[in-house]
Amino acid sequence: MSNASAIRLALVGNPNCGKTALFNLLTGSRQKVANYAGVTVERKEGRFHAPSGRHYALLDLPGAYSLHAASLDEAITRDLCRGFYPGEPAPDVIVCVVDATNLRLHLRFALEVRELGKPMVVAVNMMDAARRRGIEVDLAALERELGVPVVPTIAVRRDGARELVARLDAVAETLHEPRTHLGSGDGALEPEALHAETCRLLSLAVTMPRRTAEVDDALDRWLLHPVFGLLSLAIVMFLIFQAVYAWATPLMDLIDAGTATLGEWAATTLPQGPLNSLVVDGIIAGVGGVIVFLPQILILFAFILALEESGYLPRAAFLLDKLMASAGLSGRSFIPLLSSFACAIPGIMATRSIQDPRDRLATIIVAPLMTCSARLPVYALLIGAFIPQQKVGLFNLQGVVLFALYAAGIVSALAVAWVMKKWRRDKNEHALLLELPSYRLPHPRDLALGLWERAAIFLKRVGGIILALTVLLWVLLYFPNGGGDVTQSFAGQIGRAMTTVFSPIGFNWQICIALIPGLAAREVAVSSLATVYALSAADDAAAAQALTPLITHDWSLATALSLLVWYIYAPQCISTLATIKRETQSWKQVGMSAGYLFGLAYLASLITYQVAVVLGAG
Amino acid sequence: MPAAGRTILKLSELPRRIAATVERVEDQMPNDAIARRLRELGFVRGERVEVMAAGPVAAEPLLVQIGFTRFALRRSEAARVRVITGNSAEVPA
Repeated sequence: MSNASAIRLALVGNPNCGKTALFNLLTGSRQKVANYAGVTVERKEGRFHAPSGRHYALLDLPGAYSLHAASLDEAITRDLCRGFYPGEPAPDVIVCVVDATNLRLHLRFALEVRELGKPMVVAVNMMDAARRRGIEVDLAALERELGVPVVPTIAVRRDGARELVARLDAVAETLHEPRTHLGSGDGALEPEALHAETCRLLSLAVTMPRRTAEVDDALDRWLLHPVFGLLSLAIVMFLIFQAVYAWATPLMDLIDAGTATLGEWAATTLPQGPLNSLVVDGIIAGVGGVIVFLPQILILFAFILALEESGYLPRAAFLLDKLMASAGLSGRSFIPLLSSFACAIPGIMATRSIQDPRDRLATIIVAPLMTCSARLPVYALLIGAFIPQQKVGLFNLQGVVLFALYAAGIVSALAVAWVMKKWRRDKNEHALLLELPSYRLPHPRDLALGLWERAAIFLKRVGGIILALTVLLWVLLYFPNGGGDVTQSFAGQIGRAMTTVFSPIGFNWQICIALIPGLAAREVAVSSLATVYALSAADDAAAAQALTPLITHDWSLATALSLLVWYIYAPQCISTLATIKRETQSWKQVGMSAGYLFGLAYLASLITYQVAVVLGAG
Repeated sequence: MPAAGRTILKLSELPRRIAATVERVEDQMPNDAIARRLRELGFVRGERVEVMAAGPVAAEPLLVQIGFTRFALRRSEAARVRVITGNSAEVPA
């Protein structure tokens, strides 16, 4: 092996063994996140140099309980370890990570991997946590019995992988030598035989004062309690909401101001004409309108990552599993749906943690029904203009309407998931089988790298498909009359044509036109309405203020209610649809989602409008 | 002690915080993937198992301690595991 060609390492291990933390420790920020060809399973690769000068390319394989794969993730790990995965070279050395505090489960997998007969190193991780709990692991005995190098690692400590790298160098020296195979090579041992061997190793090499960590016992007693558990979950959710809405606002205002300044600068610098309009009204306004959600997304993901690392997320899934399963979802759907209240894009991205593909798809399909923050400006405009500020009992009527809109989204999501389950006549059991790992303090490095990854994925999407669609919308609004009267543009003509379809639900042609640019992002509808009503307003807030008397005069209450209901369901967000495409790799799912959401929106608005007219609100 | 104090029951029927020993995992259909996964997760004859808690709605799912690990199992999953309670259940960890 020359130093020029990197040695390929594959990092394998059970979920929750601290594999990703070790990966982060070894590679730092030198990592590349992509997907495996053709599937949505994340592929993480990194590089590092050993002090010896040797180069390593490290692939972080998805966590697996067994090479007898039960999910797409596990199948990828299995095929890659065996060197069968199309387009991926076989690894030179497999690094199997085991958690020193959970060896009964993790050694079993290490034995299974050893059966493959590839060069291998076992990294016994979290040695510090084991020591704190009084667990003693005789590494020399383990190494003797396993017949492969066994090294201790502490992924959360800076030099916690030094010994691992030294042993890898030693293994790399011998790679070109002929080797005697350790296992049978097919990795097919029966569970009972593996278990017996695991027990033998444990009795030889591990002493454990007690089976569980006292901290876990105490925390679980409270956090999984039927009353206190749900209460703490509610507090955690409330905190996240509060943070996403309150802490993000200054940053979002800053981005808004930045976009506006950039837009003004571009408007005055570029020569007047289509190019000016494309850059200012199309690209800067459109992309800026999406980037403005980055602070919310980062705060949300910071919470989700911290909860994930700490081991709380599976507990939340435990508490809510029954409720969600009866609606055709799973406890694991909880976090993606919670995220969708900020924005459906990170919500749909977060469904990757749902292993059952049916549960994952159901979650993706209903995620857009959660009331995202982009609906708020529209709701605020309509509620402010049409719902009187009066008391209903203890509550403010406007607040009650807003709450009802949120509740309608949640109830509809549960109903849609339930119908989907019935529709498919899915009698197959969906497995839960969820491990509740030990509680841990999240490590800042892992949080930072995780956040950076999310931000990069989001920004890449903004740069790609969202940019393209923004430009397309601009074309519709700008041509053929060169940016003059919006009503004469293609979008305007489409809007007028749409009224034949939309008059039964009470939408006039002004609303129809506003719906078209509103496809780019829901809140754009407010500024579009302002444009259509020939107002010149500096920003959305000013537009809303100027619009209120106009629409109060022009629209009936029935129309306003109908539009509110429309916004609960309508997939007025191309970015969400683009995310669904990316995550499901299927245009059919995109079509299905858009179809059912528009269908529901139309139906619900029709009922609302007609009932309201009959009741005299027309 | 005589064997009279021992009973075989489903893990889903095991009272909370009573230690028991796994007897076997039963396939509910040929090639039952969930049963296989349970065995891979350590539900193997002779292992000590205990139901620690249950979910807030309809006591579902169950929080099960097996080996050094905790799993959330739905009752239908836990029903595949047969366990023995009684005096012989006390096996060293």
